[in-house]
Amino acid sequence: MTTKPGTQQDTQKDAPSASKTVTPLWEVFIRARDGLAHRHVGSVHAADATMALSAARDVYTRRGEGLSIWVVPSAAITASDPADKAMLFEPTGSKIYRHPTFYEVPDEVGHI
Amino acid sequence: MATTSIAVTETPLVLTLLRRADDALVLGHRLSEWTGHAPTLEEELALPNIALDLIGQARALYQYAGELSGHDEDQLAYLRDAAAYRNCLLVEQPNGDFARTIARQMLYTAFIDPFWRAATASTDATIAAIAGKAEKETAYHLRHAGEWLVRLGDGTEESHRRAQDAVDWLWPYTGELFESDAAEQQMIAAGVLPDPATLRDAWDRTMEALLTRATLHRPSDGWAQTGGRRGVHSEHLGTLLAEMQILQRTYPGARW
Repeated sequence: MTTKPGTQQDTQKDAPSASKTVTPLWEVFIRARDGLAHRHVGSVHAADATMALSAARDVYTRRGEGLSIWVVPSAAITASDPADKAMLFEPTGSKIYRHPTFYEVPDEVGHI
Repeated sequence: MATTSIAVTETPLVLTLLRRADDALVLGHRLSEWTGHAPTLEEELALPNIALDLIGQARALYQYAGELSGHDEDQLAYLRDAAAYRNCLLVEQPNGDFARTIARQMLYTAFIDPFWRAATASTDATIAAIAGKAEKETAYHLRHAGEWLVRLGDGTEESHRRAQDAVDWLWPYTGELFESDAAEQQMIAAGVLPDPATLRDAWDRTMEALLTRATLHRPSDGWAQTGGRRGVHSEHLGTLLAEMQILQRTYPGARW
C-alpha cells in the first residue's frame, strides 16, 4: 500500500472541494545555486502548472533562495508506507561497515 | 523642521517623476490592503510582493524628485493632499473583488511594463537606472496578473462574470494612461521619458491577446475618465491618503 504526500493537507476543513479539485496541491523544489540539486521546500495550491510555478516563486523565493524551481503534482508522487519502515529501513542499521569510518588514512596523505 | 504639509515646485521633470511615482505608490498601497484578506495563502504573499516592488519603485522616483525639489521621499508621500497627487485615476480605484484587483493590475501593467523598458534608454542616467530595475519587476507583474485574468475569465461561470464586470468597469480609466501635457512633452522631447501615447499600440495588442485567451470581450473605447495627472481625483484617493498619511499628519516628523 502506498500513501500520497499531501493527502492530509488536502483535507482542509474550510474548502475541501475547491482545494482538491480547482486548485490541487503541488510539491515545490528549489535549486539554490548552480551545481546543487533541487531540494524539496514545501507545497502550494494552484490551478495548473503555470500558476503553481508562479505561486512557488511568490511563496518560497522571497529572500533570494533560488535560481530554479520545479513543481510536481503531489498526486504524481508515490511514497513509501510508514508501516513498512521496519522492513525497508531497519536491515541497514546493522551494516555499520557501509559507513566510511573504518579506513585508516596515513598521515602523509594530509587533507583529502 | 517638522511640518504637516508641503507645496512642491513642479518643474517639468519633477512633475513627470511625481506622475510615475504616485502611480506606483497608490497602486502599491491598494495592493497592500489585501494583506490579511487575500483569498489564498499564495496570493497573500504574491500581492504584497508586488506591492513592495511598486513601493520600491515609488521610493526611487521620490528620492530623485526630492533631490530636485528640496523634499525627502517621506514628505512627498505623506505631506501632499489629494489635489497635489499626480497618479492616474485607474490605480486609485478600490480593490473590489479579486477579479477587479487583477484586472486593474493587468490594465496598468500592460502599460507600465513597456514604458519602463523604453525608459531604460533615457538620456537621464538616474531614470535609466530606475527603469532597468523596474522593468524586471513589472515583467513578472504582467505574467502574474495576465495568467490570473485568463484563469478567471476562462474559469467558472461566476469567475467569468466577475472578470468581465471588472474589465468593463475599469476600461474607461485606461485612456488616461496614454495622456501627456506640455510639461511632459518637454521631457519626452529631451529623451528623458518615453511618450505614453506611443505605447498605445503595444498595450492594445497585449490586452487583445489576453482578453481572447481569457474568453472576455474587449469593451469599446468610448469616453475616457481623466484628471488624475493634474490632481482632479475620484473620491477614493482622499480616503486612501487619509489612512496612509494620518500618522505623519498627526505627529509631524514621527520616527520609529
